Amino acid sequence: MNLEKLKPKREVAIIGIGITKFGEHWKLGLRDLAVEAGMKAVDDAGISGKDIQLVVGGNMSGGLFVGQEHGAGLLADYLGLTPTPAIRTEAACSSGGLAVRVGYLAVASGLYDIVVAGGVEKMTDVYGPQATTALAGAMDYETEAYFGATFPCIYALIAQRHMYQYGTTREQLAMVSVKNHKNALENPFAQYRRPITVDDVLNSPLVADPLRLLDCSPITDGAAAVILTSADIAKKYTDTPIYIKASAQASDTLSLFARRDITTLDATVMAAKSAYKQARVSPNDIDLAEVHDCFTIAEICAYEDLGFAKKGEGGKLIQEGQTEIGGKIPVNTSGGLKAKGHPVGATGIAQIVEIVKQLRGEAGKRQVSGAEVGLAHNVGGSGATATVHILSNKR
Amino acid sequence: MSAVLGRPLLFIYSQTKGDVVTKEFAVPFHWRRFKERYMLLGSKCEHCGEYFYPRRTICPKCRRAGKIRDVKFSGKGKVYSYTVIRVPPEGFREFVPYIIAIVELSEGAKVLSQIVDCEVDEVRIGMPVEVCFRRIRSENDSGLILYGFKFRPVKK
Repeated sequence: MNLEKLKPKREVAIIGIGITKFGEHWKLGLRDLAVEAGMKAVDDAGISGKDIQLVVGGNMSGGLFVGQEHGAGLLADYLGLTPTPAIRTEAACSSGGLAVRVGYLAVASGLYDIVVAGGVEKMTDVYGPQATTALAGAMDYETEAYFGATFPCIYALIAQRHMYQYGTTREQLAMVSVKNHKNALENPFAQYRRPITVDDVLNSPLVADPLRLLDCSPITDGAAAVILTSADIAKKYTDTPIYIKASAQASDTLSLFARRDITTLDATVMAAKSAYKQARVSPNDIDLAEVHDCFTIAEICAYEDLGFAKKGEGGKLIQEGQTEIGGKIPVNTSGGLKAKGHPVGATGIAQIVEIVKQLRGEAGKRQVSGAEVGLAHNVGGSGATATVHILSNKR
Repeated sequence: MSAVLGRPLLFIYSQTKGDVVTKEFAVPFHWRRFKERYMLLGSKCEHCGEYFYPRRTICPKCRRAGKIRDVKFSGKGKVYSYTVIRVPPEGFREFVPYIIAIVELSEGAKVLSQIVDCEVDEVRIGMPVEVCFRRIRSENDSGLILYGFKFRPVKK
């Protein structure tokens, strides 16, 4: 793969964001959530529906969660945008990150001027075991799920090996969850707005050793959307466009066990490498990051794979408080997947929404002061897909 | 609904007792994987010498230059990482708690399955294991019983 060949024809900017409250929405279905987020983004951008030329929507498994495939058709229809074309993107939990990337490609190529990139998942219309089965489709069904592996199981295998190889401690894992719950207190859209302690995590029920309930991101309903356009057109709509300085994606083996080293997500490493090159920045230049903390161990691996910590020292980074707001590199100021919630198809977009809020200076009490460059990192499955986007409020 | 599609559904959800819900597939879905699951069959690329599980058609390193052939693994290996499942997926409730491990085979390829004949607090990384043939689970309505390889500790 020759990453250097990626040269966009023009720069891309975000001019609008929209997000629903994350949580358990008994009154709202898949299409209601998608429409709410989409309308908010359109209003925020100050555009009208007729300006939209393409809709890209991330959705992992409408089929298994609500019996509805063909999300592309549903989106165009219920957003009132027919005959505007729509595309559904699916890469498990990175379906949203992929939607941003497809929207970016559409604008950067010069083919479309105004694109909506959104993501939605309605997960609470099925009971727990069925949701578990739907999520199990993110790994290799025939060689992992067949033998009784669950999704927490896959990350538990990573955690066990990380603890064995690098001496990462059970308490360090818990600190990730504690930090993200603390950040979510100040996020009105988050699912869990209550503080927890390290002891709470260590005393929560075991799910897959060493991971406990409070190491795991929850089942969540929610949607988010962003409006993309070219950097030049953006000036017509807003004084505070946020520029997409890099959009990168990489792939790895579908099954975890086939990796050379299960504690490193090579797809993240490769996508980050490409993103830093595109944006001409280094990990030290990143002011804040939203990373894919589907389980506490995943955030620790992300620190290392994104270059915020050396390999094996991710646990130390959280223990030193460097990833808290006010630290060297604040991570998951929104509360992350753990506390903000993880509606799988919407997560990648929600991360972008948080970075945009921070770079606009609109993040309220969780604002990272002086933030200019932010990174969003979205992972599909155990790392078969990873997307990395770098955003800036400077062109 | 089958009649509408003109062929049997590839999979359905069936609800039986309580919260036990099992995803069911037509028989060929499992039948075509029998060799891999019963005999621990994988692939070897004769060009670069790399072993793969499950079987592959293309060597990701050598691509068209690769020469892939079937290989039956020795079944000997060591635990590379492990976990104990406390919250099972559909169809596995009867086994809880059970050990899932990634096993590094002596040939170098890694596989994932359960460790049996071992207490949940006795499994360790680096523990020598050998393959055994066991029941994986039973499907609800069709009565299909699924088998495959698991691993057990090597007796001293």
